[in-house]
Amino acid sequence: MAKERTYKTTGIVIRKTKLGEADRILTFFTPDYGKIQGFAKSVRKTNSKLSGHLELLTYSSLTLTKGRGIDTVIGSQNIDSFLSIKNDLYRISYALYMAELIEHFATDEEANPELFDLYLGCMKELGRTPYPLYLLRYFEVNLLTNTGFRPEMDQCVICQTEITRSNHGGFSPSAGGMLCSNCRDHSHYYGYPLSWRTCQLIKDLQKYSWEELENEPPDSSILNETEMLLKRYITFTLEKEVKSYAWLNHLRLLADVK
Amino acid sequence: MPELPSDPINSLIKELSSLPGIGPKSAQRITYYLLRTNETQVTALADALITLKKKTKLCRICCNVSENDICSICSNPNRNPTLVLIVEQPQDIVAIEHTGAYHGRYHVLHGSISPTEGVGENDLRIQELLARLQDGAVKEVVIGTNPTREGETTALYLKKLISPLGIKVTRLARGLPFGSELEYADDTTISNAFEGRQDF
Repeated sequence: MAKERTYKTTGIVIRKTKLGEADRILTFFTPDYGKIQGFAKSVRKTNSKLSGHLELLTYSSLTLTKGRGIDTVIGSQNIDSFLSIKNDLYRISYALYMAELIEHFATDEEANPELFDLYLGCMKELGRTPYPLYLLRYFEVNLLTNTGFRPEMDQCVICQTEITRSNHGGFSPSAGGMLCSNCRDHSHYYGYPLSWRTCQLIKDLQKYSWEELENEPPDSSILNETEMLLKRYITFTLEKEVKSYAWLNHLRLLADVK
Repeated sequence: MPELPSDPINSLIKELSSLPGIGPKSAQRITYYLLRTNETQVTALADALITLKKKTKLCRICCNVSENDICSICSNPNRNPTLVLIVEQPQDIVAIEHTGAYHGRYHVLHGSISPTEGVGENDLRIQELLARLQDGAVKEVVIGTNPTREGETTALYLKKLISPLGIKVTRLARGLPFGSELEYADDTTISNAFEGRQDF
């Protein structure tokens, strides 16, 4: 969408960087313009009228004015501050992880309303669902599908044979999906072994809505395997490690100790 | 090929522009300003910079910046040793000391947890804090990290680590700032203000 000199939109703050004495550069994910950056003047001062409306992981209506380089935020009013996650260390950390994924996968200045709906929907669900880790896997799989990196789970990526319980030969991030056992043995692609139930779970995550999935949460071993597999695939796709992984691992160890 | 300024100028511009908030143009402006000022002034600046690095260290107890092994606050017998306020930056201590309202001691984390920037527990002075709390002398820890998403994450994390030690954990009140207007307050601030409301 072409921007007017002063334009309005809504967006979730997915990143903030300090600038100068009291200013910030914010990255928003918006339904109308995709990922955009905005300069927010004096928001680090305690009496700034905008600061609370422009905090990380806040969904706000925004008014911006076009600048020479970066646009300036001149107005903001929060729509949803996701209050239900604010006192939960784990859920805040999961929300930050989702924001980091959006920052890596969303395109600058290109509207993607479906991805926005997915992200906003998952942020709202995160404060409610008893299965936040399951929700993260749903988010990852659908993010990959939306941005064109959907892993092929139904047929072998090399010979197009249908993948079944008896012939599944592992998952290859570099080939972009499942290998049949024959291709795994005779191609140069390495197939990470995975259980048939994990393969099924990823297929389900690709196929069904969250409302349908939430009724039947998988057991933690399947969920852990899915997490490992998606982590490998996302790292391969982005060609770098997502920074939040280290923190999420740290939190997991902390929970295990307790 | 355009003619570039000579090396001493270039190298100072390069050094200055590595400072936070100073871009190449500002760095250039400062460099040419320094070139015009008299030598005494420049020497005083250079000395101050070197002294800053050579004569300061982190306090062994609270990790605040100090000239000695133990800072003036930790060595002051009039400060309550059972009360510790955790802050993100040494500058936060300056703001709190300015009020004169606090008489306990401090602990400086030197940052806040920011998973998306790759800042975790090991980048902060959290181990020093836990070591300090082991002997049971501290009775209350006040968490004074910033009321931002990172500050809140850090506060929740610290609470998780400190509560099992049997030490009382409190959080500086978050709510409506003095001089602001309710009309412009955001949901989180108003919700915090309600949670933290007190008898009046």
